[in-house]
Amino acid sequence: MVITMKLVKTEDKLPISYPSEGAAGKTGTWRLERPIVNNEMCTRCYLCEIYCPGNVITVDKEGAHIDYNYCKGCGICVKVCPKNAIKMEPEEE
Amino acid sequence: MSSATDGKGILVVPACCTSVVVGTAPKTSMRMPIVHVPFASAAAVASGLREALLVRGLEDKQVIVWAGDGGTADIGMASLSGAAEKNADIIYIMYDNEAYMNTGIQRSSSTPRGAWTTTTPIMGKTEPKKDVSRIMISHDVPYVATASIAYPHDFYNKLQTSLKIRGFRFIQLHSPCPVGWRFDDSLTVDVARMAVETGMWILYEYKNGVIEISNPSRYLIQQNKFKPIEEYIKIQGRFASVDENTLKGLYEYRNRNIEFLNKLAK
Repeated sequence: MVITMKLVKTEDKLPISYPSEGAAGKTGTWRLERPIVNNEMCTRCYLCEIYCPGNVITVDKEGAHIDYNYCKGCGICVKVCPKNAIKMEPEEE
Repeated sequence: MSSATDGKGILVVPACCTSVVVGTAPKTSMRMPIVHVPFASAAAVASGLREALLVRGLEDKQVIVWAGDGGTADIGMASLSGAAEKNADIIYIMYDNEAYMNTGIQRSSSTPRGAWTTTTPIMGKTEPKKDVSRIMISHDVPYVATASIAYPHDFYNKLQTSLKIRGFRFIQLHSPCPVGWRFDDSLTVDVARMAVETGMWILYEYKNGVIEISNPSRYLIQQNKFKPIEEYIKIQGRFASVDENTLKGLYEYRNRNIEFLNKLAK
């Protein structure tokens, strides 16, 4: 038996599904404490953006911004900030 | 990781904590194509995918396995060893949280000695940790590395290095689990860093048959400036039942590991 295999160069694209609101909904409601950034002390070192396990922090020229819809308040950003520019405050709602 | 592979990666995820986190298509959270596979088959599926991509002429695509320590060191060991022996052209990343965490913190073979789990409730685990990276080095594959979540730049560099190499590549990523290791969420990075600073986790790279100790660990080994293991144990609730004998065992394990790596390093 001869096995023939057709070599087809198909479209150079892979199917990628992008993140959207998942089954858990807005996971920010799990949070007990809310991280607050003091952008005057922020040196834009990007450490909080790199270490954030939820990938909710973006740093730009104006400083660090946190997406509170999905931040679960773990507090890792507070610990890794070398300038102590992030503080945890109790959630009031 | 999706930024490192620049849209050219395909992720294969066996049953592990990550399959819970990323969810199912079309709502996965990784910005990469994902294949969820059964526990034992991750490396086999990935090698098959790679062959299929070659047949389709998509040579620049990378197949990456992202598996936990249970799916690597225990259940997936056979297919992993097979793929490594055949030198399948894939990257295998094992993120090591040292137990089966999402099923309820059961002991795995990667759990260190003395650690509490729900299946080792009283004394803690009595056997030392299985060193999967060393097993992979024995397979004589092109690239083996250990990384830690406390040193993301180091991990990123190792990922970039591995992307340029062809053949079987293995990276073991040490990643603490706040729930299973019994410490506060905010200390995750500190615990991971402490593991490197106490020598319980050593960062190195195996390339072209030579081991090279990575920067964070190299200084500590050269100057012999490791912190005492007690500091690492104290901040984790899972080591609460560690007695003097177990501690001695942990020190012996650490020193033997360093000695072994030193002999192989250039």
